[in-house]
Amino acid sequence: MSTDETIAQDDSNIDSMSATARRVLPFERPIFEMEEKLKQVERTGPPSAASRELIQNMREQIAKMKRNVFDHLDAWQTVQVARHENRPQTLDYIELVFDDFMELHGDRAFDDDRAIITGFAKLDDRKVLLVGQHKGRNFKERTEHNFGMAHPEGYRKALSKMQMAAKYGLPIVCLIDTGGAYPGIGAEERGQAYTIAYNLREMSQLATPIVCVVIGEGGSGGALGIGIGDHIAMMQFAYYSVISPEGCAGILWKNSKFADQAARALRFTSKDLLEFGVIDEIIREPPGAAHRDHRIAAANLKASLTQALRHLSGMEREQLVERRYEKFRKIGVFEESLITNVST
Amino acid sequence: MSTSPQQSEVSASQDLPRKRGVPEGLWIRCDGCHDTVFRKMVEKNLGVCPQAGCGHHFYVPAKSRIQQLLDEGSFEEWFAEILPLDPLSFHDKKPYRDRLRDEQQKSGLSEACLVGRGYLRGRPVVLGVTDSSFIMGSMGSVVGEKLTRAIEAATRLQLPLLIVSGSGGGARMHEGIYSLMQMGKVCAALGRFHEKKGLYISVLTNPTMGGVAASFASLGDVILAEPKALIGFAGPRVVQATCKIELPKGFQTSEFLLEHGFIDRIVARADLRSEIARIIDYCG
Repeated sequence: MSTDETIAQDDSNIDSMSATARRVLPFERPIFEMEEKLKQVERTGPPSAASRELIQNMREQIAKMKRNVFDHLDAWQTVQVARHENRPQTLDYIELVFDDFMELHGDRAFDDDRAIITGFAKLDDRKVLLVGQHKGRNFKERTEHNFGMAHPEGYRKALSKMQMAAKYGLPIVCLIDTGGAYPGIGAEERGQAYTIAYNLREMSQLATPIVCVVIGEGGSGGALGIGIGDHIAMMQFAYYSVISPEGCAGILWKNSKFADQAARALRFTSKDLLEFGVIDEIIREPPGAAHRDHRIAAANLKASLTQALRHLSGMEREQLVERRYEKFRKIGVFEESLITNVST
Repeated sequence: MSTSPQQSEVSASQDLPRKRGVPEGLWIRCDGCHDTVFRKMVEKNLGVCPQAGCGHHFYVPAKSRIQQLLDEGSFEEWFAEILPLDPLSFHDKKPYRDRLRDEQQKSGLSEACLVGRGYLRGRPVVLGVTDSSFIMGSMGSVVGEKLTRAIEAATRLQLPLLIVSGSGGGARMHEGIYSLMQMGKVCAALGRFHEKKGLYISVLTNPTMGGVAASFASLGDVILAEPKALIGFAGPRVVQATCKIELPKGFQTSEFLLEHGFIDRIVARADLRSEIARIIDYCG
């Protein structure tokens, strides 16, 4: 049987693929199709020398296709990957990266906001406080976690646990994954703006190492609200933006349908932000992105966290806070003309 | 001490609402009472509608705001040499560079905020004012940098800090992630100022939204707001679209924030100077 015949034979099966395949992004489709064909070949008959070679060729081709597609994702495609339903989220990483997780609930004022998960955890032998935004995957989870969009009580919970961590010298790991802070009536009534502002100010002063990783969506102030740290990393296909591409398109293009154009204009991919000096590291994702292999994504995240915490734990506390100040202090691009007649 | 209005410092030339949508000419329409009022009367009245029972607070440009608040001729502008660039080569319907140039020409400002020092009823203060007419008063690198330097100077000089916020735009989209990070930068500077026991009075004016509300505007030791200003995190239309129910009456107004415990006082424009002076005397 020639390769062509195999492919032709398998085409009929594409539409009856598993649930996973229904969540295939348009630009992933050729890869999935090839993978399905490979499965068919692997299933048919005892391995002959010819089929072994075919399988080998197909595997190589798939790897190459993944590289071709994922090395050249544009900003809007990156957003789709960052929002992918199968992408590993905070609770997945708690399983795969950390041990001995002990959740801590509640903001001591109003509620236990499930959009942000907080608790003690161990990264190998290192004790940390973990703070992570969690969206949930199915309808039930998404409702419970409010799609990862925290209310003020979520930010307040996060800060109160972080302040406790600082008291006991525990380093803090923040996993960022939110479309944004929740834009609701209750959120406004309970001071969404104030709570985020307060977190920014207080996180800048916490005398303990803080490592922040954007694992999926870094949605504006809602992301930054747990994003002031000493080491800021992004997963390769995460994005981190001042506004959602839909929101930006709605305002500047007067129609959210231009989200793809807005996405490209905003320059918010991990590559952009590393180039701008806003983040310190890009954490590589497995071939075909994190949603295709949670374990590799988790292993890469773990390696990054371990190294960052090892580096930061050697620093004096005052030096750490000073360094964090300078880190944010230097961000900004402006022109400064030489005519200076000011003395302060 | 007399709390009479500060007519002497408010020149009649303050170029009142020359904002988009506000008609120029002898008469202007008041959004509060919907009456047509004589522009000169509004200007004389610090940009507040003179009609009985109205008191609508019009937008005032940053320069007029400074004249209203500070002792005459006492303002010394700082960091005026910091000018915007276009780090993303941002294009929407219009290139950001062109937008900046147009906004500069239209407003006579180089950017959306002015900072400096001056005297308020004889009390030295460091002052920052954002102007909601310059790209919606949004914060990009320049606003972030100027405010941060002003806060650092206030820390060094141990002076009270006064920031008057007016921003419908929050963090400026056209500078992308740089704008978002200004929120962190300014708040970190305020953290140090706070640690050194500096007094920060934040004055919220219509509108104060998004990334400006979610950073420096909300962090005052004392937060004052002008009446009926729109103040909040998410825009009302976004909230409406998310919740799909009718918004409560007066949602996100100064009065709403006062009721929910997020501001200290609502202060009419004519009283701002005297109230700020009193606060400085209590805390300074």
